[in-house]
Amino acid sequence: MTSHSVDAGASRYEPTTFKVKDKKLGMWIFLASEVMFFTGLIGSYIILRWGAATPWPVPGEVLNVPITAGNTFLLICSSVTMVKAFAAIEDGNQKMLKVWLLATAIIGACFVGVQAYEYTELVHHGFLPSSGLYGSTFFTMTGFHGFHVTVGVLCLLWVAIKAFRGGYTQADHQGVEIIGLYWHFVDLVWIILFTIVYLI
Amino acid sequence: MSAEGKKPRYMLVFGGLAALTAIEVAVAFMGFERRVTVMILIGLAVWKALLVAMYFMHLKWETRALKILAAVPFLPAAIMIIVVLMEKF
Repeated sequence: MTSHSVDAGASRYEPTTFKVKDKKLGMWIFLASEVMFFTGLIGSYIILRWGAATPWPVPGEVLNVPITAGNTFLLICSSVTMVKAFAAIEDGNQKMLKVWLLATAIIGACFVGVQAYEYTELVHHGFLPSSGLYGSTFFTMTGFHGFHVTVGVLCLLWVAIKAFRGGYTQADHQGVEIIGLYWHFVDLVWIILFTIVYLI
Repeated sequence: MSAEGKKPRYMLVFGGLAALTAIEVAVAFMGFERRVTVMILIGLAVWKALLVAMYFMHLKWETRALKILAAVPFLPAAIMIIVVLMEKF
């Protein structure tokens, strides 16, 4: 099950389990736990919403759907730049690795910025976490996601700094792959949240 | 991780995700019967999520063990959503 094999072209041993490198497997196990975490949040939202004694507010009338749709597009763009960064280092293109990593971090930061603007507007109009079940569930779900994006941006910056120092090569770039998995997962979760919270 | 010898067409996937997002927003405001709207929107969201997982996270080219690991946590999620939907509809 667990073995130690030499990665093709790599100069050091890469422990593997089920033919998957251990660091990558670790990230996938972490993401599996994250699926359960967000499932708990979304499940609570669905049950609270459909079991509410009073009519649930129509999301489009409270939330700014056009701005959030634009923000969703931003996050999708950042997933493309992230996968482009990975493709670049797979081709040994150091320059484009740095460009795409920085682009991903900047777009991710823009997403958080737009979310902060959205929160500011909502609070200004009196929609707070204390504004009943709708307010508390909305801020909990989007807040936790925003926290994940913020952590992702910080990790991306760390990976970008390492890339600028020449820390990744065509043969050894597992760090880029692992942050990429996390980043795409954050995008995937937002795809579900956007539908459940803003559109339905 | 990547497709053996063949590079995934990332920009095509990106175009698909952008188009599906536009369709989602349009469907939400089209005024279909609520049940129809909910079903279409959930279907589109699952489609988009699968595109991200299969192509951007390269799950399509991963080992069977990793695919199973990735799918397992979605099982309780799917059961929960189906049970809630059955109760509602």
